[in-house]
Amino acid sequence: MTSEVQAPEMAAGAAPGSRGFQTAAWIGASILGLWVLVAIFAPLIAPYGQGELLSDESFAVPGNVGLLGGDYLGRDILSRVIFGARMTLGLAAIITVIGFGVGIALGFLAAVAGGVIDTVLSRSIDAIMAFPSIMLALIIIASLGTSMTVLILTIAAIEATRVFRVSRALAMDIAVMDFVEVARARGEGLWWIMLREIFPNATGPLAAEVGIRFTYAILFISALSFLGLGVQPPNADWGSMVRENLQGLLFGSTAPIIPAAAIATVTFSVNLIVDWYLHKSNRDISDEILQ
Amino acid sequence: MLTLIVRRLMLAVVVLWVVSILVFAATEVLPGDVAIAIMGQQATPDALEAIRERLGLDRPAPVRYVEWLGGLVTGDLGISLANSLPGFEVKVSDLIGERIDDTIRLAALAALVSVPLSVMLGLIAAMTAGSRLDRGIQGATLCFLSVPEYFVAAILVIFLAVQLRWFPVLSSFRTGLTFWQMLPALVLPVITLTISVMAHMTRMTRAAVLNVLASPYIEMAILKGVGRSRIILLHALPNALAPIFNVIALNLAYMISGVVIVETVFNFPGMANLMVQAVAVRDIPLVQACAMIFCTAYVGLNLTADLLSIVVNPRLRHPR
Repeated sequence: MTSEVQAPEMAAGAAPGSRGFQTAAWIGASILGLWVLVAIFAPLIAPYGQGELLSDESFAVPGNVGLLGGDYLGRDILSRVIFGARMTLGLAAIITVIGFGVGIALGFLAAVAGGVIDTVLSRSIDAIMAFPSIMLALIIIASLGTSMTVLILTIAAIEATRVFRVSRALAMDIAVMDFVEVARARGEGLWWIMLREIFPNATGPLAAEVGIRFTYAILFISALSFLGLGVQPPNADWGSMVRENLQGLLFGSTAPIIPAAAIATVTFSVNLIVDWYLHKSNRDISDEILQ
Repeated sequence: MLTLIVRRLMLAVVVLWVVSILVFAATEVLPGDVAIAIMGQQATPDALEAIRERLGLDRPAPVRYVEWLGGLVTGDLGISLANSLPGFEVKVSDLIGERIDDTIRLAALAALVSVPLSVMLGLIAAMTAGSRLDRGIQGATLCFLSVPEYFVAAILVIFLAVQLRWFPVLSSFRTGLTFWQMLPALVLPVITLTISVMAHMTRMTRAAVLNVLASPYIEMAILKGVGRSRIILLHALPNALAPIFNVIALNLAYMISGVVIVETVFNFPGMANLMVQAVAVRDIPLVQACAMIFCTAYVGLNLTADLLSIVVNPRLRHPR
């Protein structure tokens, strides 16, 4: 779209500035890869233990305690961020997998089966989406209490509603194509059509969705933990680390900023990859996120 | 057009009704037992029975729903469980009443700053699409839409409040101040909120305008030799207004989750803060009331966007 106004002669080739997008995507992929490695090898990398008390001083400056300073209890911030990567990235990965599994299955089912099943599923999802997602999460947590299972299932359910919409729309387009008609005529069952005919043709558009949902999951878990309603002590993810060290801001300590920055680097790097991917098909990331 | 507007209004009422059912169902019918939530796991069966009777939990759910909905409509939001002591009842409506003004001030101020700013930035980005300026705006907004609100807030606090001492670190003022008295404490929360919604709004405005720019009539204008800014402002903008209104409403609705985080970061004594505390102690009536108010705001914003789109776009005025 940009090319048509800017320079019509460029419209035929790649979108302008794609090389910049590609470089950015590589940078994003490297940062993300690095964090994944950190999460996997956390015990080998972390200089101290997750709960190891190193000093009596709250918010010790870097050098006195560890490389990045100490937290409110005198634990090493760096080590805690390294261990926190496991919790945050691990939870986000689990949530994304569950959200996609449920969302795609229901979305495809609605598109392929149609009729009453489609109507019931679509209207229920519409009802759930009438809520701001944070309100939905707060209500569920208020009635069920905080636990890891509630946290995972709540966010996964919210993710699933978004995935449902995308995958249903995709499947609707694919379900009317000739090869699906052929499969139906052959007498293939619902599962065959969903898994073997529709799914392989929907993976491209769904790929960007995976990235968007993954960052969404990270931000959502961290936000709930930040509010004190997500991961509970003694476990710690990055969001709860921001929360527990928030008082440090009063003394100008960077303790709450470091875990927040860790979240930002992960989400930013995933978004760089998604942005490049969407740019190829002339879509904008902000549209996809708020859907 | 009138029938269309009436139909849209009725849809909003239906949505709100469905939302109320879900809010009630989620808090009352889900397996969590309200009585145990209040009294704790160690409560004796007698004590649990007493509190169930006091709250009317022994009656069937549909009856309680109708009563709750009736109370909601007439402004009787019930009794806060966590704030009440035996013999001293605190009304939910009083708790919310003293907080809601400050939250509205915060959100309204952030909207007043962020909407014109981001629509302008989005237009500039669309006008200069592909240029260095556009790429700069794109990069910056991508950055801001990736980072969590509390990251922005923490950075702002460190620089503007702790090092430069321009603003107070926390906004824990007492409630009931006048607007000018609370303004210094509002600045940092408003900047944080603005930044978090601006990124989305700017990018979506740019995308909406570029989308219109791709249509044939714009190409015609280009071929006629009409200037770029003239094309954008006079040819493209009128048709991009409907999507832009949608973008604005969507982002103001998105601000609801931003408000929850921002109030917590700055310890801002608003309604979102109240609700988070209520969730932590599982004060169900208070959570229900706050959720309904936030959801009503959300539905209302979406409704406004749709109505404005109908008004500005003649094609939408005539239902097919």
